[in-house]
Amino acid sequence: MRRSARTFWLFVGPFVAGLLVFTYVPIGWSTYLSFFDAHNTVAPTDFVGLANYVDVLTDGEFLGSVSTFTVFAAFIIPTTTALALALALLVNRIRFARTFFRSVFFLPFACSYVVASLVWKMSLFSGVDSGVVNTVFGWFGGEPQAWIGTVDPPLYWVVLVTVRLWLQLGFYMILFIAALQRIPGNLYEAAWIDGASPRQAFRHITLPGLRGTLIAVLTLNLINAYQAFDEFYNILGDSRGYPPFARPPLVYLYYTSLGSGGQDLGRGSAGAVVLALVIALVTLLTGRVFRRSQ
Amino acid sequence: MGAELNRRSFLVVAGLLGLAACGSDTGREGSAAGTLRHWYHAYGEDGVQDAVRRYAAAYPGAKVEVQWNPGDYDSKIVTALQNSAVPDVFEAQLKVDWVRQKQVVPLDDLLGDTRDDFVRTLLDSQTVDGKLYGIPQAIDTQILYYRPSLLEKAGVTPPKTLDELVEAVKRLDTGSVRGLFAGNDGGVAVLTGPLLWSAGLDFLSRDGKAPGFDDARAAMVFGKLRELNQGGLLLGSPTDWSDPGAFVNGLAAMQWTGLWNLPKITAALGGDVGVLPFPRLDMAGDESVPVGAYSAMVNARSADVAAAKAYVKWLWVEKTDYQTEFATAFGAHLPARQSLAAKTAQNGPGREVVEFVTRSGRIAAPARWSSRANLALSDAVSRIAREGADAAGELGTALDVARDEIARLDR
Repeated sequence: MRRSARTFWLFVGPFVAGLLVFTYVPIGWSTYLSFFDAHNTVAPTDFVGLANYVDVLTDGEFLGSVSTFTVFAAFIIPTTTALALALALLVNRIRFARTFFRSVFFLPFACSYVVASLVWKMSLFSGVDSGVVNTVFGWFGGEPQAWIGTVDPPLYWVVLVTVRLWLQLGFYMILFIAALQRIPGNLYEAAWIDGASPRQAFRHITLPGLRGTLIAVLTLNLINAYQAFDEFYNILGDSRGYPPFARPPLVYLYYTSLGSGGQDLGRGSAGAVVLALVIALVTLLTGRVFRRSQ
Repeated sequence: MGAELNRRSFLVVAGLLGLAACGSDTGREGSAAGTLRHWYHAYGEDGVQDAVRRYAAAYPGAKVEVQWNPGDYDSKIVTALQNSAVPDVFEAQLKVDWVRQKQVVPLDDLLGDTRDDFVRTLLDSQTVDGKLYGIPQAIDTQILYYRPSLLEKAGVTPPKTLDELVEAVKRLDTGSVRGLFAGNDGGVAVLTGPLLWSAGLDFLSRDGKAPGFDDARAAMVFGKLRELNQGGLLLGSPTDWSDPGAFVNGLAAMQWTGLWNLPKITAALGGDVGVLPFPRLDMAGDESVPVGAYSAMVNARSADVAAAKAYVKWLWVEKTDYQTEFATAFGAHLPARQSLAAKTAQNGPGREVVEFVTRSGRIAAPARWSSRANLALSDAVSRIAREGADAAGELGTALDVARDEIARLDR
């Protein structure tokens, strides 16, 4: 008993310590900072109560950014989930080169967000005639477009959404494949004997079998959508600034409070706490919706 | 049992030692007392790193260790200044918060009778409340490059006013060669300052106590950027404004970019290069070039502030040969001192730029202009120029944020 407890801590201890030091302490510290005027310091003395929260919650730009990304989440989460599930079903069904396809679709997940963003920005979607997408457009008689620079219509979303899908689909696909393989094959056989159509089998066997994974994928997606930073920053922003559109909340906080310019750590922390609460709230809501639909 | 306890306590001790090692890894250990740590950001030009290491090794007063910092240098400095004695000396653009938090020390006494020799705008940009906190190392500026042959072909003269610029950009645009490139954001990041100055306005009022663009002319001048964005501007270039790529590859007839690109541009285009300051809106405004550059500063938490100051004085005030080499040998910058700049500027575009800087140089990033105020203004300019939003309303929002920030800095 004592020996197993010791083994437990030996294996779990380093992980728990890492989690404490690098996750929970910073979260706690950040919450602490959010109640102080913490300009350029992590050891503030000037307690300001809820002033930082009032400040971010009355800041139209911050609220605008949160609502933009609520809309973004409402679009990107179903899209990512549906496409990842479709890919998983396809890859799971094919008889030949299954490992090959699985690897090919998973590979982008191993690519750095920064690298992918730069490829999308400078090569695929560059605004000059010789950009890859503009070249393909040209074959069909299309006019070259400044994909990232065009505000009306907001073509930059095409760039941002495609790079995100390319980077993330593979990972969710793997989760779905793992779950698909856990569904017992005899259920399908029984359904087939009973004369169920493929659609019915999907609706009544596959989907219920994926339920746990589906909730996990949706939740991960949700957190990812609100915490968007890397590809947005690298495609639309630079050290000198970021346009006022398609600006994730974290990018906004980075420029105004946490980045190189203004180290207003109290206000930045308050914004981060608000964002965490929004994510928690939306996660709870989706969880509730799922439970009801059960 | 005893052996096991020992093993456990060994693990505990080892773990604690590991943590302690992480905790104390501030770079303070391992170098002899009296060593000065000097930080630079990673200059893109070849040879700069070797040069600054050579300067440091030549300092007779103390051992100086140079640290070269690739990546997000500005954030690194901000973090280091909050609680570390390292670096002792570093290059940066002054932020007023650093002065308020007493993270940097005044350096007025280092200049002596050389004060008048430094380009005035540069000293002003490193001064807060009458005290100087950084010794300018070089001059960086941005200018309007143009291809005289393309202008001639389009029947356009080099623009002297903003309206002429707008007109020229439209006439130079042939579809495959655009009229002007000023960044993929339509000029919002780099032209906001020059546009304000062209209308006789600024980021901050002269005394720094109020925003400098609380004026109907601001809406008018940003309306001109809207006109530029509606036709003739190159957007979506593979490289951004800070790179000469778009201009030398013939994607645009004019480009707003740094003086640092002059060698590459003349190498590629030979004599077919002209330079201009940003034109004025009308006679109530000024033509301008933004001026800025990293300056040498001393960390107030340095273990030996006096030694650090002595080193800065030696390198950036006394060693004029190093200063000239640093500014001119690796890319096109100008020495921060007029006597040296005049000597190094030969003929051609370089000489004209020296004149622009002395006659029309403006502070690109005032220390009292906070990043939050800057983001609010650039949001407004972006919406006006790129989305056609109502100028007065957008600028009103930016003015509110700027006033809040100014009030905070004076608290």
